[in-house]
Amino acid sequence: MHLPSYLTQSDAVKTRFDQLKSREVILEVKDLTKVYKTAKGETLALKNVNFKTHRREFVCVIGASGCGKSTLIRILAGLEPHTSGEVLLDNKPVKGPGRDRGMVFQGYTLFPWLSVRKNVMFGLQMNNIGREEAEREADLWLELVGLDKFAHAYPHELSGGMKQRVAIARALVNQPRILLMDEPFGALDAQTRAKMQAHLLEIWRNIDITILFITHDLDEAIYLADRILVLKAHPGEVQELIEVPVSRPRSAMQFNSPEFIATKARLEALIHPPKEHEETEIPIQQRMIRFVNVQDNVE
Amino acid sequence: MSMFSWFSGWFAVRQELTPNRKKVIGIASFLLPILVWCAISYVPFIWHPMVMIEEPGDVDYFQVDMLIDKNTFAEESANMRAAHKAIPQGYPANPIYLPAPHEVAKALYTAFVTPPAQQDGQWLHQSLWHSIQIIFWGFVISSLIGVPLGILSGTYTAISRLNEPFVEFFRYLPAPAFGALAVAILGIYDGPKIAVIVIGTFFQQVLVIANTTRKLDYSLLEAAMTLGTNKFKLLTHVVIPGILPDLYRDQRILLGWAWTYLIVSELIGTSSGITWFITQQARYQHFDNVYAAIFIIGFIGLGTDLILAQLGKRMFAWDKSANKES
Ligand SMILES: Nc1ncnc2c1ncn2[C@@H]1O[C@H](COP(=O)(O)OP(=O)(O)OP(=O)(O)O)[C@@H](O)[C@H]1O
Ligand SMILES: [Mg+2]
Repeated sequence: MHLPSYLTQSDAVKTRFDQLKSREVILEVKDLTKVYKTAKGETLALKNVNFKTHRREFVCVIGASGCGKSTLIRILAGLEPHTSGEVLLDNKPVKGPGRDRGMVFQGYTLFPWLSVRKNVMFGLQMNNIGREEAEREADLWLELVGLDKFAHAYPHELSGGMKQRVAIARALVNQPRILLMDEPFGALDAQTRAKMQAHLLEIWRNIDITILFITHDLDEAIYLADRILVLKAHPGEVQELIEVPVSRPRSAMQFNSPEFIATKARLEALIHPPKEHEETEIPIQQRMIRFVNVQDNVE
Repeated sequence: MSMFSWFSGWFAVRQELTPNRKKVIGIASFLLPILVWCAISYVPFIWHPMVMIEEPGDVDYFQVDMLIDKNTFAEESANMRAAHKAIPQGYPANPIYLPAPHEVAKALYTAFVTPPAQQDGQWLHQSLWHSIQIIFWGFVISSLIGVPLGILSGTYTAISRLNEPFVEFFRYLPAPAFGALAVAILGIYDGPKIAVIVIGTFFQQVLVIANTTRKLDYSLLEAAMTLGTNKFKLLTHVVIPGILPDLYRDQRILLGWAWTYLIVSELIGTSSGITWFITQQARYQHFDNVYAAIFIIGFIGLGTDLILAQLGKRMFAWDKSANKES
């Protein structure tokens, strides 16, 4: 099959990107560097990372394991101090965690002692919003993520996908400027995962939120993102910022579209350079046949 | 059912037993020691190192209802037979310090209805009530300081560094060693007794609870921070509710710990409570009463723990690990 270049954009997509870039900048990362100092020595986890996200943009971050994706998002959330550079949210430097940046973690971090509804109310109550108003808001968001029937259930009664939906509602109820998600669907099975992706896009379409989403699933990144930030490992540097040429609204049908395949091919080339691939191939020796007892050959 | 599947039903590695099997085993754990005790008490040829004299014969120092060592009895019998005098009669018996189950069972009842021997003496239930109060106050005073200090130590490294080295050192000092000092400071009545229980419990409590607090999943705190929780509310709205079931379990264990200091503490100053009862009964060789009193302590301890466990299950329904337990 002849693939178009992943750089080629249809008119509709181009217009969309023009619009997107004309919107205000929500998050700006300037020359961000992070060095971990441990007893064993120093690890340069991030080196001179630069990028911007615009309002209502959906940005995915991908990269090989250990390239600093979690480090990046934790710095943005204010959970980890950075070594140098700047993180600006609405042009103001980020200092520590705050309700203007919501976060959804890969591990389930719902408060197990609170009901689903109280979990969602938590952020509001921490910010001194009255009980009644908090309840009203929480119910609204639970309805949006389709869990209004589970308002009084406890986290241990929910499936993984439901837990993450509550976590999304819990983060969004605070009306953050940006939603940070660190492999939120990483622990889910393939089917639930696909449903959650569609669900997240639906939520994102309906509300005014900017999303920064970490994943190492290339399909997930292309399916969700406007732009994909590709990180290179050791040290974590921005390798490329790809504008996804797949049109919106997205659907599962597009997985086989030429733009999708072209983008995926490009991402694969970036993340698994061919040279490295050969090295890591596991050599299987013919002699191993001796360990097989069955008479008929499986091939 | 084959032998093998029967066996693997009872002895599967780290598998839950069926509720019925659990019940059977739970009863067996009490039944087995009682059976051993019954065997020793009622089967004449098991142990029975003494002879209870029924008929002293011509042995001048033998009396009716006297317990005599088996060998001495045999010697004296032989002597009498050789001298053609009246041979003493008796039946095999256990030493006085091992009463039979039915005697202890009877004592469990009579100990409560027997008025105190002396005028100013106390009924058993009064002694017990006094002991329970000592435990209660010792545990409450220890917890009032120990629980908050433990939580703070587990939350803030500075606080833990400030107190834990000292606490670590102090917990190795035997609490009863402070008895004399406590009497000198607090007088001879309940003060020093409570103090010994506090000293015995407090230092363990701080360390155990600090440790429990540290085990709280840190990502819960991070999640709370990203939701705009300030430092103080992090403690009151995340750390404390998050560790509550484990804290409760720790407290149950520590309460058991406090019980073990009861007898020692009651010997300090003027002997009191159940310990006073036990020492009095032992002095008059009423060992059935001594056992009865010891069992009562056990019943109260186990009973309290079972009630607290059930209560905990009800209170912390959200805690999965608690629901699996027992
Ligand atoms: N707290 C820490 N102290 C020291 N080094 C750390 C710490 N956290 C991460 N690192 C190092 O920083 C690098 C980046 O880690 P990070 O967790 O950000 O990677 P990641 O891209 O999220 O990986 P994954 O895909 O496995 O989640 C790794 O080399 C890791 O060993
Ligand atoms: Mg990570």
